[in-house]
Amino acid sequence: MTTEVPSSSSTERYRAVQQSEEFQQLRSKLRRFIFPMTVAFFLWYALYVLLSAYARDFMGVKIVGNINVALLFGLLQFASTFLIAWYYSRYAAQKLDPLADDIRAKLDRGDVDGTDKHDADGSAE
Amino acid sequence: MEPHFLAAEATASGSRGLTITLFLIFVAITLAITIWASRQTKTATDFYAGGRQFSGFQNGMAIGGDYMSAASFLGIAGIIALYGYDGFLYSIGFLVAWLVALLLVAEFLRNSGRYTMADVLAFRMRQRPVRTAASISTITVSIFYLIAQMVGAGALVSLLLGIKPGTTFLGMDAGTAKVATIILVGALMIVYVVVGGMKGTTYVQIVKAVMLMTGALLMTILVLAHYKFNLSNLLGDAAAQSGKGAAFLEPGLRYGVEKAGDASATFYSKMDLLSLGIALVLGTAGLPHILTRFYTVPTSRVARKSVLWAIGIIGVFYLFTLALGFGAAALVGGKAITAQDKAGNTAAPQLAQALGIDYFGGSTGGSILLAVIAAVAFATILAVVAGLTLASSSSLAHDFYANVIKRGAASERDEVRVARISALVIGAVAITLSIFAQSLNVAFLVALAFAVAASANLPAIVYSLFWGKFNTSGAVWSIYGGLVVAVGLVFFSPVVSGSATAMFPEHDWHWFPLSNPGIISIPLGFLFGWIGTVISKEDDTDKYAELEVRSLTGHGAH
Repeated sequence: MTTEVPSSSSTERYRAVQQSEEFQQLRSKLRRFIFPMTVAFFLWYALYVLLSAYARDFMGVKIVGNINVALLFGLLQFASTFLIAWYYSRYAAQKLDPLADDIRAKLDRGDVDGTDKHDADGSAE
Repeated sequence: MEPHFLAAEATASGSRGLTITLFLIFVAITLAITIWASRQTKTATDFYAGGRQFSGFQNGMAIGGDYMSAASFLGIAGIIALYGYDGFLYSIGFLVAWLVALLLVAEFLRNSGRYTMADVLAFRMRQRPVRTAASISTITVSIFYLIAQMVGAGALVSLLLGIKPGTTFLGMDAGTAKVATIILVGALMIVYVVVGGMKGTTYVQIVKAVMLMTGALLMTILVLAHYKFNLSNLLGDAAAQSGKGAAFLEPGLRYGVEKAGDASATFYSKMDLLSLGIALVLGTAGLPHILTRFYTVPTSRVARKSVLWAIGIIGVFYLFTLALGFGAAALVGGKAITAQDKAGNTAAPQLAQALGIDYFGGSTGGSILLAVIAAVAFATILAVVAGLTLASSSSLAHDFYANVIKRGAASERDEVRVARISALVIGAVAITLSIFAQSLNVAFLVALAFAVAASANLPAIVYSLFWGKFNTSGAVWSIYGGLVVAVGLVFFSPVVSGSATAMFPEHDWHWFPLSNPGIISIPLGFLFGWIGTVISKEDDTDKYAELEVRSLTGHGAH
């Protein structure tokens, strides 16, 4: 019940959409955001873990009262997580969702290759 | 003996009736919801995905309810209370992990899958080998996680019912009561899943999230109020009470411990910390019970919204854990906590009792607050184990029975019937294993589940969604490779044998020096996926075109 073998025509259709300028634009806008962002937050987090393991003196430096660098660094991880989540949702709503809606609408309507030069040009940055 | 601890002993049995009453109220409410949900559950989509009708906020709450487990509430509070800052590492890893789910997994999974993780993995591949592998890893991860939750429930009960060594409750001593609790929790989770399916389970998780957030917020306010909302004073008092001074507020008492004069022990200890850190952050997006939650909303946009809500709710909760853990260290004290539970799992409820005594009229107040928080803790555990049981029985029925055994020809009714039977079997297995694993810290057990999820599931999911050349061989290699390496390394680690805290302390067959396998097994999971792909001639790029178009646009989503 889950295995749907596509007819060759639907395979060609998806191939055509995948190659279309509009889809390539969506794909690259998505990947240009999520991959670098993933690398960035992972490195930022890794820095925190590495400092916890190997820079104990630095992490133990007191900033205000009993609040030290380790606690501040941890709280900054919270802040960066909230910030990245918010930034992604804004980016996706502005740059990705309109493109995805457009392509899906064409696919649902049955336009064979899902491309439309005018739209693709019009929605370019 | 510290004064609070003496008071605690006096009131523990006084709160017994109230704890049981509150818990029974929770059980009655959730069972009523479950029965209501069972009437709304007619199709397979209802059973597996709650009819896909939940809103972003509802699903965000349910994700919180599914995710904030006994490990988060009891385990982290316990580690902070006993070892200070190091417990906070868990909070941070568990939260940052949600960015992986948000950026790389949630929306694409929702767009291209149907009921289980394997729907996405098997989308463009040969169904039977991939679904078999995914089903095995789903069940393995879920069982690890289930054991952690049920052990937590067992650890709680002797405190909550005030069963001291040598005394009995309903004719049970502390050990028997623990076993009885594990069986009771197991039986309830089976009922939620078998009767209520995803709809019932989701509402149980939402109710639990509200209870847990309210309880944790209340305790946080009371702890902070005790220190006139001066965080620095709370930390200072916790450090002073711990007897370890400023070191209590710095990393290094529990993880990455430096042993003077023993360079190799220090090296491995630090590797273990890095390993844990990686497993925590990469595990979440590979947890089957979290992945299936994304199917309960109508579209990928709503899935995104639900992850945003989840990040907010979970993030705030983990900030509370700081106050709970350091509060327990300062107001209950490490000695009183370890006297109750060596692993520290009862720190949060003990703190509730101490706060109740302080704020609400002596021992009666202590009993009431202990009873409330104890009921919250049981609700927490029940909601999580229900989610785990549902995810693993869904995979057994949908992936293994319907698509491997019946080759996709099973009727919907038949599939749901098998899913219900699977829930019963998995529940029984989890109960049995939990009885043998009672001495392990629950946060640590969950960390193992995360390591397996990150090694076996995450590579396959990420490759599936983003790498056109990935194929059946790659998927099978990455799942089995990651799974075997992760579980194998744990088996030969000091967690299972060769140390005082091991599962089998009298035996020693360990040779792997770390207790968390992530730093080795996660990169190997990715490497295996790549090797498996390049050694096979299978080419799925045509099918990948469909997967990519559907996952990015939502075209043809179920």
